[in-house]
Amino acid sequence: MTTVRVALSAHLRTLARVGGEVTLEVADPPTVTTVLDALESRYPMLRGTIRDHGTDQRRAFIRFFACGRDLSHEPPDARLPDPVSAGTDPLLVVGAIAGG
Amino acid sequence: MSHLSDEPHVTFWHECSREADHAGVEMAKVRVLVGTKKGAFVITSDGARRDWKIEGPHFGGWEVMHVQGSPADPDRLYASQWTDWHGQVVQRSDDGGKSWEPVGNEFAYEGVTGTHQWYDGTPHPWEFKRVWHLKPSPDDPDTVYAGVEDAALFCSNDGGHGWTELAALRTHSTGEDWIPGAGGLCLHTILIDPANTQRMYVAISAAGAFRSDDAGASWHVATKGLSSESLPDPEAPIGHCVHKLAMHPSRPDTVFMQKHWDICRTDDAGESWTEVSGNVPSDFGFPIVVHAHEPETIFVVPILSDTEHYPPEGKLRVFRSRSGGNEWEALTKGLPQRDCYVDVLRDAMAVDSLDSCGIYFGTTGGQVYASTDSGDTWEAIAEYLPRVSSVEVQTLP
Repeated sequence: MTTVRVALSAHLRTLARVGGEVTLEVADPPTVTTVLDALESRYPMLRGTIRDHGTDQRRAFIRFFACGRDLSHEPPDARLPDPVSAGTDPLLVVGAIAGG
Repeated sequence: MSHLSDEPHVTFWHECSREADHAGVEMAKVRVLVGTKKGAFVITSDGARRDWKIEGPHFGGWEVMHVQGSPADPDRLYASQWTDWHGQVVQRSDDGGKSWEPVGNEFAYEGVTGTHQWYDGTPHPWEFKRVWHLKPSPDDPDTVYAGVEDAALFCSNDGGHGWTELAALRTHSTGEDWIPGAGGLCLHTILIDPANTQRMYVAISAAGAFRSDDAGASWHVATKGLSSESLPDPEAPIGHCVHKLAMHPSRPDTVFMQKHWDICRTDDAGESWTEVSGNVPSDFGFPIVVHAHEPETIFVVPILSDTEHYPPEGKLRVFRSRSGGNEWEALTKGLPQRDCYVDVLRDAMAVDSLDSCGIYFGTTGGQVYASTDSGDTWEAIAEYLPRVSSVEVQTLP
């Protein structure tokens, strides 16, 4: 197991009632899928708000960033960058820039 | 930066000048549930309805489509919140809106989903987007119905945790001909006959109105008599953009309708409709409500046209008919009568059951107006909220 840091968007922090980054224990090596599985297990109110129920498809207005890279279109079971596995960099769950 | 708290914030007290209408009403309480573009607000007063306390925003930053209380347990509230980013969330309160808990947000259509018509008439697959309207059961606080976009009816029997589609509506033989209104193919109205909860009415923009006599197990089209010039056949059974239905609980066979254009009524449970627009300055509008104690007294807010969503002449006027339609009077006292260009959305008007009946509505400009004398006079009980999506009122002992 390894410890992964996750930085959520403001709406998700409000919904999960967390103030900053969350840390999750996931199997090594971590992937987007295993991190989100762990996130939704601890914060079930987030189910369906990052990826769709049933299909697990990333919602259209959500992106995944880490280490200065956009991981949104990487396979969800791809290994996350080493700094994320090492806990030195967070996985960012980012919403589109807001308008209105 | 902390987002830990979802506790409500008391923003201000608004003092109105009017005296209580009747002795004794001070014992009652009124709770106004307001959904807005950027959160929910709970506005409360005692039965005098003079001093109003605004609490919120709850779910700040999220669009709140609707907040509704259970008739069986008034402290049980349900709220539909939604954003483009994160989709649908349903919240539940068991203490009258002081605290909230996210419940289930999985709305899965039953079986193989077919297609409805897209705006251009081509087939388009059914896709869940959001919950427009919540309707708690009259007699069970854990049972609540949800009207959703794309149009379908869901029900939860466990306080909102799990949702099951009542698929007979979406799979009705006419479903493939349903076409969205500009706001989406939304099921926005659910009426339940309080004396016979097997009987329900729903309305869908822009499919029409439907009635069930078996608690949603089957449905039939309830649009005979409606006429919509936007349709190739104005009298077609499907395609009418019904904006809202309203019913007095003592007369469940009589239903009033504000349609895209036209104000209508049925006295035979939707078997036939008659236009009762009469002398309103515009028969376009969104909400319609019935007086709590006078089943033939109804209220609408005329809007200039389907492309000009603001009041005629820049005057915000509620129109009241004491004859169930046709003859209408403008109610203006306390409402802006110049330079007013707000809209009042379909779920943003409601009544309390005090004596005299209170009428409430919210605007796209963020005002919530209340009348404590059946519409004769009005005062703003909130003035600077985000765009108001919905207003519901609970009369509490």
